[in-house]
Amino acid sequence: MLDVSNISKIYAAGDKALDNVSFSVPAGQVVGLIGPSGAGKSTLIRCVNRLVEPTSGSISLAGKTITGLSSGELRSVRRRIGMIFQEYALVERLTVMENVLSGRLGYVSFWRSFTRRYPAADVQQAFALLDRVGLIDHASKRADALSGGQRQRVGIARALEQNPELLLIDEPTASLDPKTSRQIMRLLIEICRERQLPAIINIHDVVLAKQFTERLIGLKAGRIVFDGAPTELSETVLTTIYGEEDWKTLDSDMEAA
Amino acid sequence: MISNSNKSVVASADTSSLSQTTALNDSSTRYSTYPTSWRRPAVFFPNRWLRWGLWLLAAIWFYLAISTIDVNWVRVAEGIERGWRFIKGFLTPDFTSRWNDISTGLVESLTMTLTSTVAGVVLSVPVGIGAARNVAPTAIYYACRFIITVSRSLQEIIIAILFVAMFGFGPFAGFLTLSFATIGFLAKLLAEDIEDIDESQTEAVRATGASWLQLINYAVQPQVMPRLIGLSLYRLDINFRESAVIGIVGAGGIGATLNTAIDRYEFDSAGAILLIIIFIVMIAEYTSGFVRKWVQ
Repeated sequence: MLDVSNISKIYAAGDKALDNVSFSVPAGQVVGLIGPSGAGKSTLIRCVNRLVEPTSGSISLAGKTITGLSSGELRSVRRRIGMIFQEYALVERLTVMENVLSGRLGYVSFWRSFTRRYPAADVQQAFALLDRVGLIDHASKRADALSGGQRQRVGIARALEQNPELLLIDEPTASLDPKTSRQIMRLLIEICRERQLPAIINIHDVVLAKQFTERLIGLKAGRIVFDGAPTELSETVLTTIYGEEDWKTLDSDMEAA
Repeated sequence: MISNSNKSVVASADTSSLSQTTALNDSSTRYSTYPTSWRRPAVFFPNRWLRWGLWLLAAIWFYLAISTIDVNWVRVAEGIERGWRFIKGFLTPDFTSRWNDISTGLVESLTMTLTSTVAGVVLSVPVGIGAARNVAPTAIYYACRFIITVSRSLQEIIIAILFVAMFGFGPFAGFLTLSFATIGFLAKLLAEDIEDIDESQTEAVRATGASWLQLINYAVQPQVMPRLIGLSLYRLDINFRESAVIGIVGAGGIGATLNTAIDRYEFDSAGAILLIIIFIVMIAEYTSGFVRKWVQ
């Protein structure tokens, strides 16, 4: 489904964020991307929809090469990839409905989007998605009137409104409390199952990652140092990814959760 | 993990708070090795002599500069007398005897203000977007910055003189002057506001496959709109005040009336005009404060 091969990214300042990263994600698989801050997780998922331009390597989605596209073609690939963000990244002064409908921007003309006259099917789908994430009553509210968990649900609805073939999820729970984090993760996984949607989730919280994903990729200093099932994530592996720490306590916590 | 480490944290906190209390009792012995004073390091000149020397030099320079100003005290005394006459006129404003001139000038000024603000805002929006580094391509960025620089570097009076020479006396020259000045002011501040927007919102809209125009409409406009409205209202009252100034060089409006009144030594009429200007600016001030709160 998604093929990433030999991606490297060197920022203008000279920092090497990614170093020859290759992996592929089959249809319907939810991959957790873990690693310390600055390991290149954010850069990696932003390379996939080219919000960050990779320095070298190639990425293809369902056989179509994403790297090296012109800006017009890039837009039509971007609309097939839904993205969910850490701080929700909703446009705060727009209504919930406008935020969800903005998922269709890649499909409609400027005039339609400017006058907010989206095709009936788009509006219907937006209502259905808001209902799915439990926010149908909030459609006309401004996004900044919602709580953190609610905003992230709007973010999810916006990404799904694109009818994506792939979800990129950047730290979905980083600004949420533990309970809401679990609810959001559960919702994301359910939705991916329902739609057989492959997803890459950047996640800081190893416990959540182990609990909710079926495959984990460990990134350290721009290189993949682990790729396997969550059960294979041993103390030794965690030490390789994050460095020396008392990892024993992690498992007891998992049981408690 | 949480339960385990929490216990140990609580335990250590207990012991440390105990040792804290004992420490506070005989802090003199416990902290005796640490310094007792701290000064903020000098920001510019660490050398104290150099620093005071520079202050002294600045004082001398200031004194010498002041002493070169030639003051004719006889003229000052005369001026104070004139000033007093002006203030007396100001305190007994005469709205009636020149009312026709005043009302014509006022209507002209208000027309000039409103039309030039609208034209200026309409023109400054594209220039402002073009001058924002985060949304405009480099070539357009430099072109728009150039327009802003030209508009800002020429003072209103100078532009007014130019336009009066080109298009003759009257409010049309004033309208052009104020529109031109509005572009520089508004486009610069709008561009700065666009450069300060929350990039994560832009990134999210870009990730949906939005085109550039859609990006501006969905991610940029909602973020800068309140400030754009606030700045436009602010510019409206600046333009009104400026219309009084540029009238003096022949660009019409209340400024022309004021200039005539002063030339005729009719300080009571001039006082009336000044009071009207203050009154209108005050109304603009209060309304814009109210509107700004409302558009947040």
